[in-house]
Amino acid sequence: MEKFTKFTSRIAPLPIDNVDTDQIIPARFLKTISKVGLGDQLFCDWRYDEQGNPKPEFILNKPEGKAAQILLAGDNFGCGSSREHAPWALTQYGFRAVISTSFADIFRGNAVKNSVVPVEVPRDAQERLFKAVAENPEVTVTVDLAQQKLILPDGSAVEFPIDEFSKHCLLEGVDELGYILQQEDAIAAYEAKRPLTINALA
Amino acid sequence: MSKANGAARPRTIIEKVWDNHVVADREGAPTLIYIDLHLVHEVTSPQAFSGLRERGLKVRRPELTVATTDHSIPTHDRSLPILDRIAAAQIDQLEKNCRDFGIKLFGPHSENQGIVHIIGPEQGFTQPGMTVVCGDSHTATHGAFGALAFGIGTSQVEHVLATQCLLQRKSQTYEVRVEGDLKNGVGAKDIILNLISRIGIGGGTGCVFEYCGSTIRSLSMEERMTICNMSIEAGARAGLVAPDEKTYEYLKGRPYAPKGAEWEKALSLWRQLPTDDGATFDKSITIDASSLEPMITFGTNPGMGISITAPVPDPATLSDPLERDSLAKALRYMDLPSGKPLLGHPVNVVFIGSCTNSRISDLRAAAGILKGRKVSPGVRVMVVPGSHIVKEQAQAEGLDRIFKDAGAEWREAGCSMCIAMNGDQLQPGEYSVSTSNRNFEGRQGKGGRTFLASPLTAAATAVTGVVTDVRTLL
Ligand code: SF4
Repeated sequence: MEKFTKFTSRIAPLPIDNVDTDQIIPARFLKTISKVGLGDQLFCDWRYDEQGNPKPEFILNKPEGKAAQILLAGDNFGCGSSREHAPWALTQYGFRAVISTSFADIFRGNAVKNSVVPVEVPRDAQERLFKAVAENPEVTVTVDLAQQKLILPDGSAVEFPIDEFSKHCLLEGVDELGYILQQEDAIAAYEAKRPLTINALA
Repeated sequence: MSKANGAARPRTIIEKVWDNHVVADREGAPTLIYIDLHLVHEVTSPQAFSGLRERGLKVRRPELTVATTDHSIPTHDRSLPILDRIAAAQIDQLEKNCRDFGIKLFGPHSENQGIVHIIGPEQGFTQPGMTVVCGDSHTATHGAFGALAFGIGTSQVEHVLATQCLLQRKSQTYEVRVEGDLKNGVGAKDIILNLISRIGIGGGTGCVFEYCGSTIRSLSMEERMTICNMSIEAGARAGLVAPDEKTYEYLKGRPYAPKGAEWEKALSLWRQLPTDDGATFDKSITIDASSLEPMITFGTNPGMGISITAPVPDPATLSDPLERDSLAKALRYMDLPSGKPLLGHPVNVVFIGSCTNSRISDLRAAAGILKGRKVSPGVRVMVVPGSHIVKEQAQAEGLDRIFKDAGAEWREAGCSMCIAMNGDQLQPGEYSVSTSNRNFEGRQGKGGRTFLASPLTAAATAVTGVVTDVRTLL
């Protein structure tokens, strides 16, 4: 995983609550056995019409949306299915952060494993941002993960929460599996005292 | 019991199962917990197996891992080839992965094939007090047995394959107490749709539910599974019911359940699981079961649910602008007016299936309504059993005849139109009443519109061709 660095970008506003993972990447694209090639299908059914042509009114088809590395969404982003194809599609499109007032648990976990930072901000900051980008689509914000700060267009900073471990993994490019594998002794010790087990191979 | 400070602190079942699975708790990292059962399906696993190959890793505990083909598998005659080449390749890939890594697979032609959350309990893999994971958000289904069961992403599928462990943060505990007697025509699906409509689809975020109370105790294991299944629809990763005699009775004698002395040992451990008197929850809610009516959703998330006789809400009554817009957007997508009940709204398709409602009791309930009746002309009714075993059982009971005589399709087991990956899908603009769990835009086919409801409501709607209060047919 690449190290996550501080960056500044324009914002693609998507003022919709409860954006579910079926919208982020519809199920018919989950037949792939690869992780790549999903960026074009991000938000497919909102983005393209019946003939597959881009719908001009959808944010990712507007110049300001195309230039953004940050998605600004309504509440409870990423609810629904556990598909990790959702953050894969977001990163492959070019998003590095999603701003919302809340994130669904599984999406949050999947996002940080794929270098997409869930930036959880209070409602008033979210509203200010929607307003700012509506007035001027070219405004930018900065995501400073090390400081856990989102710098708004007016220069003010909003803190956002992220657990220490995910932050460390993102900033250092650490992969979780490597970390777990190092705990072989603890795992073996636990296995030695499990009281019950099943045997699917029986 | 944990004896912190020498005194036993009363704990919930959620905490007990968690405590029993802690492998390591290191400073600056989430807790490492052990996974007792890992369920695998074709859609969310291929990239995880690729990851193992890239790193040269093995599956640590193949005997704790079970795979099935369910999501993208066709539900027509299984002797025919799979026409969708991409779906076929995905299924082939799972077969190869299971062969290469030594994992038990219930493949397309297995006697035991079925939806992953149906076959776990059916085979006796799912047991009280376990941690159960799957790359699938409806893994909470297994919580009906008092297991801590939750969905994970593909990276975590790889973690569990390689290490049988997961890094997890402890969730908050949320007590969902359901008390009282259900009215005729009202069941488990209505309870869970009611809960979600009350607390919203983010209401359980960060939490694990414990469903308890007299109503939950009175429900069968299959009904408890229906409830736990949709915990994720309220944002909770897991939801469980403490095990009781019904749980043990259901499990006893199943192929992978403990036997003999092992059974007795297991039983003594399982009996310690229920929440201690005096244990406290971070949150709680009480539902009066006797006040519930059949529920149905009208919108584009499972929280947009109402009693079947209630009017569709009006966006103008909402003060929050984003909420108002979201409701208006949902009604536009569904092409529905507000202020009127859905009763009488025509539908094109009725889907009876999915890991929420495709077990034998669901099929019996639907057959009870369809018996001696006909499907309304022009309505397509699909009945998709959750597993091959459910299918055989239904056939032994003659339910297939009831469905076919009524004019419904009787299909092979799989996820089918719940997720519309296998060719079973709505056409743009079509309406369905579905017993599945998600009504998101396009979930059952691009442009399709879904009303979620119970098997009884679905069957009643199949007969009349319009959204129907099943109580008028009882
Ligand atoms: S039936 Fe539907 S919800 Fe259940 S596992 Fe299959 S796709 Fe997921």
